[in-house]
Amino acid sequence: MNLLLDLARGMLTRRLRQTLVSVTGIALGVAFFIATAAIMRGFQTYFVTQIIDVSPHITIKDETRRPTAQAAELAHPDGAVLVHGVKPRDRVRGIRNAAQKVAILEAMEGVAAAPVLQAQSLLRYGSRDVSAVLTGLEPERHRRVSNIESDMIAGTLDDLRRSANGIIVGEALAWRLGIGMGDTLSAVAPNGTVLSMKVVGMFRTGIQAVDQGHGFALLKVAQVLADRPNVVNQILIRLADVTQAEPMARQIEARFGDRTESWEEQSANILTVFVIQNAIMFSVTGAILLVAAFGIYNVISTVVIEKTRDIAILKSLGFTEGDIQLLFLVQGIVAGLLGALVGCVLGALMIEGLALIRFGTNTPSGQGQFLLDRDWRLYLLASFFAMVAAALASVIPARRASRLDPVQVVRGAA
Amino acid sequence: MPPLLEARGVTRRLPEGPVLVRDINLTLRAGEFIAVTGPSGSGKSSLLYLLGLLDRPSEGHVLLEGKDTARLPAAELAALRLARLGFVFQFHFLLPEFTALDNVLIPIRRRGLLRGAAARDRAMGLLDAFGLAPAAQKLPEQLSGGMRQRCAIARALANDPALILADEPTGNLDSANAAAVFDIFARLTREEGCAVVVVTHDAALAARASRRVNLVDGVIESDAAQG
Repeated sequence: MNLLLDLARGMLTRRLRQTLVSVTGIALGVAFFIATAAIMRGFQTYFVTQIIDVSPHITIKDETRRPTAQAAELAHPDGAVLVHGVKPRDRVRGIRNAAQKVAILEAMEGVAAAPVLQAQSLLRYGSRDVSAVLTGLEPERHRRVSNIESDMIAGTLDDLRRSANGIIVGEALAWRLGIGMGDTLSAVAPNGTVLSMKVVGMFRTGIQAVDQGHGFALLKVAQVLADRPNVVNQILIRLADVTQAEPMARQIEARFGDRTESWEEQSANILTVFVIQNAIMFSVTGAILLVAAFGIYNVISTVVIEKTRDIAILKSLGFTEGDIQLLFLVQGIVAGLLGALVGCVLGALMIEGLALIRFGTNTPSGQGQFLLDRDWRLYLLASFFAMVAAALASVIPARRASRLDPVQVVRGAA
Repeated sequence: MPPLLEARGVTRRLPEGPVLVRDINLTLRAGEFIAVTGPSGSGKSSLLYLLGLLDRPSEGHVLLEGKDTARLPAAELAALRLARLGFVFQFHFLLPEFTALDNVLIPIRRRGLLRGAAARDRAMGLLDAFGLAPAAQKLPEQLSGGMRQRCAIARALANDPALILADEPTGNLDSANAAAVFDIFARLTREEGCAVVVVTHDAALAARASRRVNLVDGVIESDAAQG
């Protein structure tokens, strides 16, 4: 094996310039792969962390995924039952037995749950009306499922308890209404109930839709405003292990029957975009590697043609076809390995270069630069692909070399 | 004890039809120095490749030390070439990227019986025997024609073969160097008990062999001991 490596080195150094070009090709492919993957993965990881941080991991809603089964269908599961013209019963919407369900959830390991009532309302201050979603919450529980407290720029969740009918509004919403801390606004529910509420806090999440159209109040206050006493229409859940969100959601839905959505289901559209992004990234960098592989194929082919005499003499000396094939495969793999090594260094440099770029924009979340993922597994993956591409590229010329008939070569050279 | 090499009714024809050699029967014994002569195109080289297991006969058998090679797989033929045979061609076929010493080391390292310093000593000993010790670290392009051919012979002898097969080994050499190469072959047969088969069309050199086989149109026309 050492001998084959020595022979391979001798043959490759003979075509040094051409070898360097193909090694550079592989290196660029690897480097671009690493750099683009770092950008994409960095952004995606940031995005997912944001979702996980801001929104609950699991949301239980006051709906069912499918219409509830009719008694007749339940009684005859195998029978041909067709129920026509079902008249829905008029009942108060909301999660039934919410308090009991929250208690069950809280008894589970690594689960925090908080009941809320989300209701539409019209906030009115002077002559200005702004429609907003008012979320009624219990501060002690809510604190454990949401990060809203860390986004507060004035007041705390507990301040809701300190005044009758306190409300916390988004900063942008306050601007739209033209109110400040301590001012009193009127909240109007769709059913006509009007409540005077005092601004006891403000928050800024950086997400415009939330900052402009959201308010928080105590659960009891929201229930009074919506005229839905003791009703809860969502239970928010946060898990210690976020990866368990989807199976846990399915388990809860199976148990309670209420529609239960994990953060993955709620952000399915974004996650799908990520899949497409990754597919594009892999095809582009794959194309670079493919071109580089052709370069390697070219070098090895040239070496094989140039080295017919050497191949012939090695065979006459007693090298087998397998030896010869391996000799040229090794050359391809060595070129791939060199390319991968140089590419990893280049990729690391590119990442550090990208990290220096500032966009000069001031987005609400404060990101004026690339979010980069410096994961060593990316280097490993890129190197692995490069080696495989190089090995595949050298298989064909290596086979051709191994089949060379020494007699014909020796005759021709004599 | 079986003869070193035996050809029994060996015929080789190309797929397109022409016959290179026909019905060759030849027995080689250790210590023999055989010159194969004949006009151009008489099948001298073809016969040599068949005897050297580089080519397979269309009909007949080649036996090396009593072992029929007709049905052996390519890898086993390669192993036999590595251990028992040594080739010298008209062109030296030294690998251009490697020094004289490394070229001689290639077959030794491939066989793997000798390693490290022992392999080096063996290769240096061979180079020294042919007056190449001072040139051991030189590349083939830095050597003269005669030195290259002597280096190629040293490489052929690297694994202590029982049989040396040489195809016009002096074709590219002046008469002094050609005589030196034949001296080496004569010495090998005398002192090492090696058998040597040399294809040549130089009658003066052929006269120095112990046996002479003359080929005409792929058939042995005469086979006689001489000198």
